Amino acid sequence: MRLERTADVTGPVGRAPVAPAGPLLPANRGDRLFAVGLTIFAGIVLLIAGLIVLMLLRVAHPLSASTSIAKFITGTDWDPVQLSFGALPFIYGTVVTSIVAIVLAVPVSVGLAVFLVEIAPARVQPIVSFLIETLAAIPSVVYGLWGLFVLVPLLRSPVEPFLRQVFGFLPLFRGPAIGVGYLAAGLILAIMILPTIASVTIEVLKTVPPPLREGAYGLGATRWEAIRMAVLPYARNGIVGAVLLGLGRALGETMAVTMVIGNSHEIHASLFAPGYSLPAIIANEFAEATGPLYVGALAGLALVLFGITIVLNAVARLLVHGVGSRASA
Amino acid sequence: MMRLHLRNAVNVAATIACGATVLIAMAPLASVLWLVVSRGAAGLSLDFFTHLPTPVGEPGGGVGNAIAGTAYLVGLACLFGLPVGIGAGVYLAERGDGRLGHAIRFTAEVLSGVPSIVIGIVAYGLLVVPMRRFSALAGGIALAILMVPMLARTTEELVRLVPRSLREASLALGVHEWKTSLSVVLRTALGGIVTAVLLAISRAAGETAPLLFTALNNQYWNAKPDQPTASLTVQIYNYAISPYEDWHQKAWTAALVLLLLVGSLNLAARLFTRGRLRDAR
Repeated sequence: MRLERTADVTGPVGRAPVAPAGPLLPANRGDRLFAVGLTIFAGIVLLIAGLIVLMLLRVAHPLSASTSIAKFITGTDWDPVQLSFGALPFIYGTVVTSIVAIVLAVPVSVGLAVFLVEIAPARVQPIVSFLIETLAAIPSVVYGLWGLFVLVPLLRSPVEPFLRQVFGFLPLFRGPAIGVGYLAAGLILAIMILPTIASVTIEVLKTVPPPLREGAYGLGATRWEAIRMAVLPYARNGIVGAVLLGLGRALGETMAVTMVIGNSHEIHASLFAPGYSLPAIIANEFAEATGPLYVGALAGLALVLFGITIVLNAVARLLVHGVGSRASA
Repeated sequence: MMRLHLRNAVNVAATIACGATVLIAMAPLASVLWLVVSRGAAGLSLDFFTHLPTPVGEPGGGVGNAIAGTAYLVGLACLFGLPVGIGAGVYLAERGDGRLGHAIRFTAEVLSGVPSIVIGIVAYGLLVVPMRRFSALAGGIALAILMVPMLARTTEELVRLVPRSLREASLALGVHEWKTSLSVVLRTALGGIVTAVLLAISRAAGETAPLLFTALNNQYWNAKPDQPTASLTVQIYNYAISPYEDWHQKAWTAALVLLLLVGSLNLAARLFTRGRLRDAR
């Protein structure tokens, strides 16, 4: 390295560098340019966030002339021909499929994380972590393909008839078993959010201080009791955050759901029935939507979805970070 | 005494239940991989990689244009997404302790949770509406917007891992700050950043939703940024939801091609990190 710049080093020679965050050398043109460049790139991130809100509002704008926000969100009728747009069936479908996904995925992913961190020998962990990463890396359209040709036929028979026979007294498990529907979408979502919840939970469990476990063992607890009474309560907020992150992914997941949810514009009580989720109807109808009002209504659905995921993500990140900072404090 | 037996029994049962969840979680993975490989391999041929799609019932044909289209779209996305994402990450690591830095970091975190279909509508409003046509550019921008927050956050973490002493040594030799950042700090973090870029590319290549109404689809080859462009993922979707048996076969084979692409990118990323980690030790 050439020392061509030694001549114009005019920095504070005698002082110790006490302010590591600030520039150690006086700024010159190159440094200023570099700083400006970096700031512009970083500013683009803010710009993108602004653009997302702006573009959604602009594309959705035609809708505001024909309906109010409350009427749009609570409306149950979706009829592009009559230009009548209500978002409730799709909000309902999104919520129902996400609940199914959470109910199925949380016990499995938390159990898996507990097994890996607390029970399994240390050398098992990288292998299973690799498999979880693989699960997360599979593109959603591939899950959709698998869901359509493997999961849906499996649900049509024997799973749905079996559920109807056993739990048929609940309105959730009635009606014809056609395979596609809320249940199929919820199941495939459960598979897709499992890696998210599991990997975050694993990280959270790793931050639990060993003395907590040791204390429980010292009091005579079995391993399971130590997990249930010492480890899990400590990690609770972080696990809730992990679940919310998974939920955020479930709400926004598009392709796999679109392929198996059955595309019905109505609300059905049964999980076996076909429905629609917010991302699914946007994916299916946006490219073919004619007229600014129809396009605007679909963008309105995107705004609803955007709002839900933003709030959820912010809360989830606060919870996950909360555990991390408490552990390091 | 009885109570101790009970507690031990519960312990064993809970341990088995937790172990079982691992098997439950891995069953779908095994099923997806096995079916994509076994059903996809049936339709694999050289033509599949090089030929254009054929109409229903006509034998032969491939998804050559869709593979090229995916590469094209991801290339466009990298053109915009890589400088912004990496630049923002370096900013966050080196100057991100102020109020602006915190705002940008929080924005990047929240943005990484925005559903990709929403980004599709943003790119639609941004490019498709003013240009009055679906285009590769719109698809590329949509993918770039998805890349940026993820890249910014990983780059920040990687740059922060570079020991301060390296930077100080460089500054002490009288090297400019910008040159220190580029040829000492970034150079040290390069292995990790390459990994992050490979993962971002693999994720972008697997995206479908933001392309549905930006790049749309195309039955032919396309190299113009202002024209609709085919992609592997959209092609799989169209084949899968069609009612035709031979198109279903093509969907599985195209899914195998996509998995191989995404898998090799992930593998490359993994090997890169491992080599780097060994160097560091």
